[in-house]
Amino acid sequence: MDLMTEITIFVLAVFVGFEVISKVPTTLHTPLMSQTNAIHGIVMLGGLIVLGFADDGLEYVIGTIAVAFGAINIVGGFMVTDRMLGMFSRKPKPKATSDGKGGS
Amino acid sequence: MNPLFAVFEPGGDAATALYIVAFSLFIVGIKMGTHPTTAKRGNLVAAGGMAIAVVTTLLLDGMGNWGLIFLGLGIGTAVGVIASIRVQMTEMPQMVALYNGVGGGAVALIAWSEIRHGAGHEVPLDELIPILFAGVVGSVSFWGSNIAFAKLQDLIPTRPIAVPGQQVINALLLIGIVVACVSIGINNDDPSEEIFIAILLASALLGNLVVLPIGGADMPVVISLLNAFTGLSAAAAGFALDNVALIVAGTLVGSSGTILTMEMATAMNRSVGNILFSGFGGAPAGGGGGTGEEKPHVSIGAQDAAIKLAYADTVVIVPGYGLAVAQAQHAIKEVADELEKRGVTVNYAIHPVAGRMPGHMNVLLAEADVAYENLKEMEEINPEMSRTDVAVVVGANDVTNPAAKNDPDSPIAGMPIIEVSEAQEVIVIKRSLSPGFAGIDNDLFYEPNTSMLFADAKAAASEIAAEIGNL
Repeated sequence: MDLMTEITIFVLAVFVGFEVISKVPTTLHTPLMSQTNAIHGIVMLGGLIVLGFADDGLEYVIGTIAVAFGAINIVGGFMVTDRMLGMFSRKPKPKATSDGKGGS
Repeated sequence: MNPLFAVFEPGGDAATALYIVAFSLFIVGIKMGTHPTTAKRGNLVAAGGMAIAVVTTLLLDGMGNWGLIFLGLGIGTAVGVIASIRVQMTEMPQMVALYNGVGGGAVALIAWSEIRHGAGHEVPLDELIPILFAGVVGSVSFWGSNIAFAKLQDLIPTRPIAVPGQQVINALLLIGIVVACVSIGINNDDPSEEIFIAILLASALLGNLVVLPIGGADMPVVISLLNAFTGLSAAAAGFALDNVALIVAGTLVGSSGTILTMEMATAMNRSVGNILFSGFGGAPAGGGGGTGEEKPHVSIGAQDAAIKLAYADTVVIVPGYGLAVAQAQHAIKEVADELEKRGVTVNYAIHPVAGRMPGHMNVLLAEADVAYENLKEMEEINPEMSRTDVAVVVGANDVTNPAAKNDPDSPIAGMPIIEVSEAQEVIVIKRSLSPGFAGIDNDLFYEPNTSMLFADAKAAASEIAAEIGNL
């Protein structure tokens, strides 16, 4: 890919990022931060490529650690997000509103 | 090299197409993550995208070193799984900090490896500049996140640790890093690995020095900011490796993380610059006023508190940072259960930044099985306050300080607060009269309708629950 194509992609991705999360209820801020955190675990691909094509001792070490770090980021990130969101979904239909007004 | 399953040509159309599928799923996943009903599925969608991206990469032609690859994957997966199962919900923010840190660390290591690979021959600038950026930001993010983790986990003091002349040192470090990067850039026919390692070390020091002076209460904003940085550094690594998945995913995190950071800072009536450079995030020296003279206040015990609560019609619980620290959410829920048994209406008033990050308090209370319907946002509960019999403030401080509304000279003037002082009676459960992270006295404690219950939030709540049960 040539540089200008990459920069085009970059700029468009910036705006997609802004647009996609503009309105988020506070409740979801922590899970969303955790989810985006997991997504930048994508760097593990870089680790895989670097390690997959490595050919000296130190590069093996660096690459292996990078892959391990990336895997922690991905696996841990998505699992923790899932745990957090799981708490919201299990709402065992609380007893009927006692105060009537309730609202949301 | 002995490719195990060489299927895709690196940079070829098939691999790129699958990467496009992967990042589309990330975008859909984040979008779904912004709505309560779809958030959980959204996370799975994004995780699915990640699986596609990882498998595609593993199937690239020419990949070798499978033993090491699976070793790295195995260790990382095991650590990630165990850590996420074990972590307490109250420890969530530092967990995110840690995961963010390792991500930044991975970026810095990839950059290092790329420099090593390029040593001895020319590296074009459009590759070298992203590598340098990734190395610097990745390293800052790794060390900054580790410090944030250590502070939230109480491994090091959460109060700001001041380093004399620290702004100057930071500025000099930054200048040094930039100069070193330029020198590598000028000599791009043979990039020096030694200078690059020096850059990584200087960035590590910078990461430490930037985060150390920030107090524990401001940490969420810092973590969020570092999250955005790590995203950008991942995008830079994508430029260096010509990998479209890294560019798009990293950039998405960078821009969405920036918005989240600004929202958090706004809710605390702070600017990001203020948090980073003023070192105000923990009681600054001499900023208090609560320490010297003792103003008159009413102090009560758990039994009195239990009686006040039991004979009220409406009770509002205002949970804060201290509740998260004391892990008192279950004990508070017990109090609420006892009260509801007696027909008392109990609601929870959630300040936008209650807990350790926005939305964190909701997660904690959901963990204690508090019904979603009982969690009221600040705008919703404030008009109800004057009709509330008892407001119970648990571990919250600055977000209840009436000075934000009444005293235009207060440092927190204009900050949105939960107007507990409007309630008929207020019970504040707190260890002492010490100021919160804003470092100022809370006028609420000295109002005639306020009673102070000096205790650990968890112990006090359990005791109150027991006392109500005995009435």
